[in-house]
Amino acid sequence: MTVLEQSGAYRPTPPPAWRPRVDAAPLLPDEEPFRLLGTPAAADFDSALLARLYQELVRGRRYNAQATALTRQGRLAVYPSSTGQEACQVAAALALQERDWLFPSYRDTLAAVARGVDPVQALTLLRGDWHTGYDPYEHRVAPLSTPLATQLPHAVGLAHAARLKGDDVVALALVGDGGTSEGDFHEALNFAAVWQAPVVFLVQNNGFAISVPLAKQTAAPSLAYKAVGYGMPGRLVDGNDVAAVHQVLDEAVRRAREGGGPTLVEAITYRMDAHTNADDATRYRGESELDAWRAHDPINLVEAELKGRDLLDEQGIAEARDAAEAMAARLRERMNDDPVLDPMELFEHVYAEKTSQLREQAEQLRAELDAESQEGER
Amino acid sequence: MTTAALDTARKPATMAQALGRALHDAMAEDPTVHVLGEDVGTLGGVFRITDGLTKKFGEDRCTDTPLAEAGILGTAVGMAMYGLRPVVEMQFDAFAYPAFEQLVSHVSRMRNRTRGAMPMPITIRVPYGGGIGGVEHHSDSSEAYYLATPGLHVVTPATVADAYGLLRAAIASDDPVVFLEPKRLYWSKADWSPDQPEEVAPIGRAVVRRQATGAGSPATLITYGPSVPVCMEAAEAARAEGWDLEVVDLRSLVPFDDETVCASVRRTGRAIVVHEAVGFGGPGGEIAARVTERCFHHLEAPVLRVAGFDIPYPPPMVERHHLPGVDRVLDAVARLQWESEWTEGRTG
Repeated sequence: MTVLEQSGAYRPTPPPAWRPRVDAAPLLPDEEPFRLLGTPAAADFDSALLARLYQELVRGRRYNAQATALTRQGRLAVYPSSTGQEACQVAAALALQERDWLFPSYRDTLAAVARGVDPVQALTLLRGDWHTGYDPYEHRVAPLSTPLATQLPHAVGLAHAARLKGDDVVALALVGDGGTSEGDFHEALNFAAVWQAPVVFLVQNNGFAISVPLAKQTAAPSLAYKAVGYGMPGRLVDGNDVAAVHQVLDEAVRRAREGGGPTLVEAITYRMDAHTNADDATRYRGESELDAWRAHDPINLVEAELKGRDLLDEQGIAEARDAAEAMAARLRERMNDDPVLDPMELFEHVYAEKTSQLREQAEQLRAELDAESQEGER
Repeated sequence: MTTAALDTARKPATMAQALGRALHDAMAEDPTVHVLGEDVGTLGGVFRITDGLTKKFGEDRCTDTPLAEAGILGTAVGMAMYGLRPVVEMQFDAFAYPAFEQLVSHVSRMRNRTRGAMPMPITIRVPYGGGIGGVEHHSDSSEAYYLATPGLHVVTPATVADAYGLLRAAIASDDPVVFLEPKRLYWSKADWSPDQPEEVAPIGRAVVRRQATGAGSPATLITYGPSVPVCMEAAEAARAEGWDLEVVDLRSLVPFDDETVCASVRRTGRAIVVHEAVGFGGPGGEIAARVTERCFHHLEAPVLRVAGFDIPYPPPMVERHHLPGVDRVLDAVARLQWESEWTEGRTG
């Protein structure tokens, strides 16, 4: 018996029992990004799917090049390229079922195209035509979101609504490393975890938020670690390894569909082009960094894997290239047509019914247009 | 007396009860209506507007969310994309600001950016305004921010019957509606029959709450929400000074009912806009400009504004000096005499 107990001195009442609400260990991401290509485990990856992913990557690279070229010809107002990130774009699109939903940001038109959206329609926003060129319900692709990370809570809400209705629909939302600093990123992940919503968040960590490197964006061990604080698993994957990205996303999508809740996936990749055609990347990064990533190019990685397993020969390479060229030629040709916008449509979709004020303003514009066309005739 | 007659009997009800009943009836009629917000479930909301909804409809229909307004509205956007009709509660006016980006960048323009493919039938309930002794951040009149955002409807009731009718209309609307609830009128009472709600005009129609009688100098008080009872009282008091005032309750700030407002001003020839929101950049400026543009040849005096001062909302112990009250309205009415020095004492 201790002296204290003998003396009957004050002993504090212990607080009510406390323990962590979930075990954090299974949520922790790996230290190293998950890789498949070039490893023995790649042999287990569906070879037909790998070939398909390869073709999509080649097409995607060509799409990025073509869209960038279109900015120089004045056919696009701006193009935020995903060159170097094609593996993330393509894998995200192909990891989803038809009934699922994709929530892209402005840099993710390739993912929309890989999901089936007509490239011309996907580029409508960047052309300066209408804001969204496609019907979001046709391919279940939400409008491209320009305000960063704001599309993430939409993905959570949609997935939650689908589950409430009894539909086994999964939403996959794309965001960049910069976007993870936004409040909506935090709120979306928190809601998703609390609601156990069937959502997958794919962070394409491409190294830069325009010019700001990751070190100035976060002090987290890796972005995937952020998942742990919300009570969802974080996965770290090599974002240039299309098979690895697809496999990680496929697992996360399946888990979400089966009621297992959300997953945060961080894909380590690199934005090979500047932020957009209007940006000058030489102001904030050097050529040697680019060279290091050129050596880890997503297309080369999968091409080497397919060749090594005799799943791809020169003819296959040529076929993929020709298909990509044909896509680019069609895109070029179609983008040569000037889009015809009816200025009167400006008033059409503000409300379900035009207010009296909008009717007045529409009349004003109509009169201005009539005056313009009469002047043109003179 | 039959049972049916009993059911429809008018009995005293508060605005809070009418709002709760509107939510209840909308949820009962339409399974796609979902309520979400902070404390709306178990507690029934800090103002008890959602009391009983979770018990009746379950947690999936009336959901306590994490404490995050952008998340609440952002997830509501996704729910609306999937065919639901969310009704979100922002706990207080000033707590709605974190949701502002979702409101402006997505809710208000989703229909527009998708060429009509993706409407946003979301109702955003915001208890607003002062006069309840609330401490800092609990008494803002934030309507000017919403008015300046095309794509939103902005609605605010001043009576028990309108609270029910306008909220039902807001929930039924295929457009997003910012539904501003004047919290100091939550406990105002009226005889009201919940089973036979008075017919309420659709969103976008103002109502003349008090008509000029022809006995005295006419003028129109244009107002909404918490200032409607103030103006009704002022109109009554002004009779003693020989004034014959009309009171127009806008009910809907967007769409704005130019027709009803201008018809009244053309009848009376004088107008004052009364609201709690700060005057500079406030709704009164827009309304005064619209009235002047449309009714100039009928006006016998400048359109005046009686508004909150251009200050951050004051502490509750001095808020009565900030809020436009009956006396301040009557002072403005006195300045409507064009013959007198209407600018006297004005520094602006």
